[in-house]
Amino acid sequence: MKKNTNDTVLRFMTCGSVDDGKSTVIGRLLFDTKTILTDTLNQIKNTSKKKGMTEIDLSLITDGLQAEREQGITIDVAYRYFSTGNRKYIIADAPGHEQYTRNMVTAASTAQLAIILIDARKGILTQTKRHTFLTKLVGIKHIIVAINKMDLIEFNEVKYKSICDNYKKFEKIFSSLNTSINIEFLPMSALKGDMIVDRGNSMDWYKGPTLLEFLENLDTTHDNKESSLRFPIQYVCRPRESENQELHDFRAFMGRIESGFLKINDKIKILPSGNKSSIKEIRVGEKNINEAIPEQSVTVTLTDEIDISRGDMLVHQDDSIEAIKNFTGMVCWFSEIPLSINRTYLIMHTTRTSKAKITNINHKINIETLNHEEANELKTNDIANISFKLAQPLIVDDYNENRGTGAFIIIDETTFHTVGAGMIQLLD
Amino acid sequence: MKKLLTHLDWLESEAIHIMREVAGQCSNPVLLFSGGKDSLCLLRIAEKAFRPGRFPFPLMHVDTGHNYPEVINFRDKKVNALDERLIVASLEDSIKKGTIVLKSEKEPRNKYQSITLLEAIEEHKFDCCIGGARRDEEKARAKERIMSFRDEFGQWDPKNQRPELWDLYNAKVHKGENIRAFPISNWTEMDVWQYIEREKLSLPDIYFAHTRKIVRRDNAIVPITEVTPAKNNELIENIMVRFRTVGDITCTAPVESNADTVEKIILETASTSISERGETRLDDQVSEASMEQRKKEGYF
Repeated sequence: MKKNTNDTVLRFMTCGSVDDGKSTVIGRLLFDTKTILTDTLNQIKNTSKKKGMTEIDLSLITDGLQAEREQGITIDVAYRYFSTGNRKYIIADAPGHEQYTRNMVTAASTAQLAIILIDARKGILTQTKRHTFLTKLVGIKHIIVAINKMDLIEFNEVKYKSICDNYKKFEKIFSSLNTSINIEFLPMSALKGDMIVDRGNSMDWYKGPTLLEFLENLDTTHDNKESSLRFPIQYVCRPRESENQELHDFRAFMGRIESGFLKINDKIKILPSGNKSSIKEIRVGEKNINEAIPEQSVTVTLTDEIDISRGDMLVHQDDSIEAIKNFTGMVCWFSEIPLSINRTYLIMHTTRTSKAKITNINHKINIETLNHEEANELKTNDIANISFKLAQPLIVDDYNENRGTGAFIIIDETTFHTVGAGMIQLLD
Repeated sequence: MKKLLTHLDWLESEAIHIMREVAGQCSNPVLLFSGGKDSLCLLRIAEKAFRPGRFPFPLMHVDTGHNYPEVINFRDKKVNALDERLIVASLEDSIKKGTIVLKSEKEPRNKYQSITLLEAIEEHKFDCCIGGARRDEEKARAKERIMSFRDEFGQWDPKNQRPELWDLYNAKVHKGENIRAFPISNWTEMDVWQYIEREKLSLPDIYFAHTRKIVRRDNAIVPITEVTPAKNNELIENIMVRFRTVGDITCTAPVESNADTVEKIILETASTSISERGETRLDDQVSEASMEQRKKEGYF
């Protein structure tokens, strides 16, 4: 591995079940980029031997909890890391069988790219549709459709192309969900290691990039369509008790830029109050900077003394966005206790949490047929379009325009568990 | 124009965001500080997150009583330089109270840390402990949330974790329950060393190559100390070593190394073939699930 500190981060997820060779793909990526160390490898060798296998089972690399090993299933999303020197990668490995909606939505929420695995022998299955639907629902902008197990269909180019064509045809059904999405196709054999890191020599007809080449060259700079400034205030710094006299009236506002750019002297306003000021200083630690960029955690001071607290949002003065107390969103329900239309829930959105009532379950989506259905309650893994009424105003954007200010989670007021997640849909 | 954070800036920014969420959501958090490299990164992040203000939490060291003196000296100097409050929760006190019963005086004490930690949480009524655990350390950790819920007994229930989406962290708890927050979850050992180099963080000397008396026992290098004496017939050698992790003396082993600067350690880390815990944590090798087991019992 090259030593490089100017590399960027790419977060991706893998969708598929054990049968599609998902774990083998991840194992292969880690193994071929030399991320797996000797002691882990020895552990895997031992376990493979115990199970009576003659070759190393690379899928064991992603094996996690005792309960999972006992039952031979994956329960929860696991995070893995590897680095090429050019990029640091964070893989969210979502299990295919158990609680797939919950786990997939969780993994997708922080992913920039999804790898959807298809078994070359089986072609497109119902689960391929589910995976595509959920990936798009959660707003992933890049999909790699990986046709795996090419070795089992004699690396046949014609069969590969027909699977790709079928996928393109059915993918059109979802076009309403997300307009600008980038889909790439790739034949591979994770077992043999073909087209993951190395090209292998069985598919000379395929001239495109390998999986790792796709990942290395992906451009994510234009993923967030929204370029307006969204700076939710997380914490207010008032070092009144400091021994340093100069700090007694010091007041700074801390948070992470969700979108857009913030520069010194920018004219800004605070929502929901609407109070105006301009930017005096931007700091990262002790260092002053001229401009803060998306995802950067900064400390900001203003030219005027105005009242700001956690949960407020800082935007540019010419922005027409307003705080609202009603919105509609697509909700994934996680809890085993069904969503009840009569209860009050907590909604956590950026750094603000508000009580919320459900005004209507507009429709539920049948994830097999994608048809809209009527519903009075939601059960675990249900997905529905719901309208909410809030106790406190929130500053929201449409999820497809801005993930950071379009996303929310639902918390049970009594248990404090996270019971659902939602994506705001604003009508034009 | 291309504007993305570099990987170290991104990791730092995420960690600052997580720490500020703890400060914004929890009423009585604490930061676990051992003097080790991961918790030193946490302190640097806390400075970037909260200065010029004070940290909105005290620091706490769960002290097994089996420490390298260099680490304790370093710990105290660091706390003084930061001018922040340190709480020492001591295993010796739990032993005196009778809540920890050792099988033998020289037994490894890491597994008993959970008891003292839980007692301190109860005594100080902490609702959140910030720790320096990383997901790349161990496979049970790979599945843990950034804000991980623990019940009244400090137990982690891996099958019933709160879903964690986007950068929305639910740190709400009832009285008696607590959250373990891990701001550097997404960092690898390499990231930690690169960050130490970039931020020019100082570390306890034992992280750098030095000569030390050791014996070789069951494929591990065991340092000779008061609590880990050589056994009869064992050959005592004086060799160049450094520590990759720093914990209780009885379960932390050094590695042979000549790397006496951060830069040289980074080069070694890039070419190593053995994981951090596999090589140096004698307590994780006992069973394949030992970390998972300890976490279920309240370990951080």
